[in-house]
Amino acid sequence: MRPHPHWIDYSVIGIYFTFVLGIGFVLKKYMKTSADFFLSGRSIPAWITGLAFLSANLGAQEVIGMGASGAKYGIMTSHFYWVGAIPAMIFVGLFMMPFYYGSRARSVPEYLKLRFDEKTRGLNAISFAVMTVFSSGVSMYAMGKLLQLLLGWNFNAAIIVSALIVLAYTFLGGLTSAIYNEVLQFFLIVIGFIPLTFLGLKDVGGWEGLKARIGNDAMVHSWKYLGSPSANPMGVEWFSMLMGLGFVLSFGYWCTDFLVVQRAMAADSMTSARRTPLIAAFPKMLFPFLVILPGMIAGVVSAATMSGHTSGGVPAKAESEVVSQSAPGGGISLEGGKGIIPPKVDESGKPLVKDGQVVLDYDLATPMMLVRYFPSGLLGLGLCALMASFMSGMAGNTTAFNSVWTYDIYQGYINKTASDQHYLWMGRAATVFGLAVSVAAAYVARQFNNIMDVLQLVFAFVNAPLFATFLLGMFWKRATGHGAFCGLLGGTAAAAVHHGITLPIGSVPGVKGGFLGVVVHQYPSEMAQNFWTAIFAWTTCFTITILVSLLTTPRPDGELKGLVYALTDRPKDVDLAWYQKPAVLAVVVLTVLVVLNWIFW
Amino acid sequence: MGFDIRLPIGMMFSVFGVLVGAYGAATQDSEMYVRHSLGINVNLWWGLVMLIFGGGMLLLVRRGAVATRASDKTDKTLRSPIVK
Repeated sequence: MRPHPHWIDYSVIGIYFTFVLGIGFVLKKYMKTSADFFLSGRSIPAWITGLAFLSANLGAQEVIGMGASGAKYGIMTSHFYWVGAIPAMIFVGLFMMPFYYGSRARSVPEYLKLRFDEKTRGLNAISFAVMTVFSSGVSMYAMGKLLQLLLGWNFNAAIIVSALIVLAYTFLGGLTSAIYNEVLQFFLIVIGFIPLTFLGLKDVGGWEGLKARIGNDAMVHSWKYLGSPSANPMGVEWFSMLMGLGFVLSFGYWCTDFLVVQRAMAADSMTSARRTPLIAAFPKMLFPFLVILPGMIAGVVSAATMSGHTSGGVPAKAESEVVSQSAPGGGISLEGGKGIIPPKVDESGKPLVKDGQVVLDYDLATPMMLVRYFPSGLLGLGLCALMASFMSGMAGNTTAFNSVWTYDIYQGYINKTASDQHYLWMGRAATVFGLAVSVAAAYVARQFNNIMDVLQLVFAFVNAPLFATFLLGMFWKRATGHGAFCGLLGGTAAAAVHHGITLPIGSVPGVKGGFLGVVVHQYPSEMAQNFWTAIFAWTTCFTITILVSLLTTPRPDGELKGLVYALTDRPKDVDLAWYQKPAVLAVVVLTVLVVLNWIFW
Repeated sequence: MGFDIRLPIGMMFSVFGVLVGAYGAATQDSEMYVRHSLGINVNLWWGLVMLIFGGGMLLLVRRGAVATRASDKTDKTLRSPIVK
């Protein structure tokens, strides 16, 4: 099954790229200072920063990854949103933004320097810089691979062209350009995926029809089967889900990752900064319908045929006709797959088999849906949305990197007293070499097929303890720099050790765990192992930070004003209409969240 | 900072709407709709939706430029004259 984009599809894509670049060009002349370039001069209204906050996070991991998880695990995947994101977004908006924005820190590591000390900042800055650049590279690799597989486009060309486009608009227009393009990308993704979900649901007979076709009750309930790992496809139980995903991992990401926090820092006022994650929470709650449902549908529908539409099921003959038609010319074979999800194939094109079962290429679930339901015209739009999701991730990583490099690493350690124009120049230079390193990372990822897993792991090791550090830093004035630093190191080490001595059932020691030689415990699934790694890492960091802080001298209260809860004035929201107040927004979001969870119980 | 972001959004989706919608109208009887989108001419319909969305955005831009901006009374140390 290989789609053939027509001129109309290429036109749509071309028009999109023109606008993306155009925005960068127009914004160039507004980039006069480093504050303009890295922080948009702190002048962006809340609705824009809110959508950018969401969109910067909305990389390929969302659109492709959630589709894949939906196909594998069913509606439980919604936990990544409804448990694993929204509460953290509410928390960061209401309680942490006052410190991020109020401290006038220009980056997350800089907050750490103001609150703790230089070495804590350095640890965070360097680990973040490295990870964000590699993450961008892995995104590029995933996109190149997908476009090559799906459309036969040249891998190298896809990588170079996308890197150049992102380079052009972030180089010229800095963070503002990235933010504006992220908002554009948000609308593109929503507008691109609504018809997909609509058509897919119509084809299977709505939610009820989908439930009937899937046939597995555990795939269509989000909480009911969390009593024990063996009852659900994800292999987790409610405690590790709530603590591991819902608390540690999600708060660790949304509250401390500079990529998203940067967008809130660009807001035009404290209230806007606080409202940013809350505004983002609204569409975020509805995204499961756009990205998870198509994945679930992919597993239970059949391929398009030349002979009439296929709502009930395709006669076997017609389906194999399509497959054999396309196989000689290349393209994706669905034989051995499930629904329209193809199997993973080895170099010769034969399906991979593990434990007697065909290994499915779940990452292709959503792209195959696009190809299946979109005629030329809309196909161009869908491909645009797909590429937009990759590119918004790349641009987000790039702007976060160039800020952390310039302010925290370069200005922090290499050249502390240069002029603002010099730092602006450095920011642009960092954009170039950051993307160059990302491109290199994309090729490295191509060599080692485990790289994505490794990156995920490293993120978990580093992010999980980080939230403990911030929590203590912002809400406990007794926390000291030595405590924070030791806590971070200890937490990361604990994560690595935990991963090294445990293994998911059915995996071999290596990237999946057990690399320290001894396997002390076997988890029912990889997810379970991840969640518990996060829990251990966070707890270790929390404990060590407290212990070491109590043994070292804290800074005097005067130095911590505005950085710690007890020493900061509560933000006042008196001048806003009632529906604009952050607290009210938070209550509405929480209510909708509870309703959604209840509906899909 | 800079220009109203609803301008490029409005423009792009209006262009998409016209382009895809016209293509849909021109390919009204194509079998591709039967093969892919359950017999529905999604190009035409969704093109229309995009045009309405894009047009709506442009209207908001027009309204924003005309109306005087009521300033927020919140802390605005580094405010630029951005149209909301």
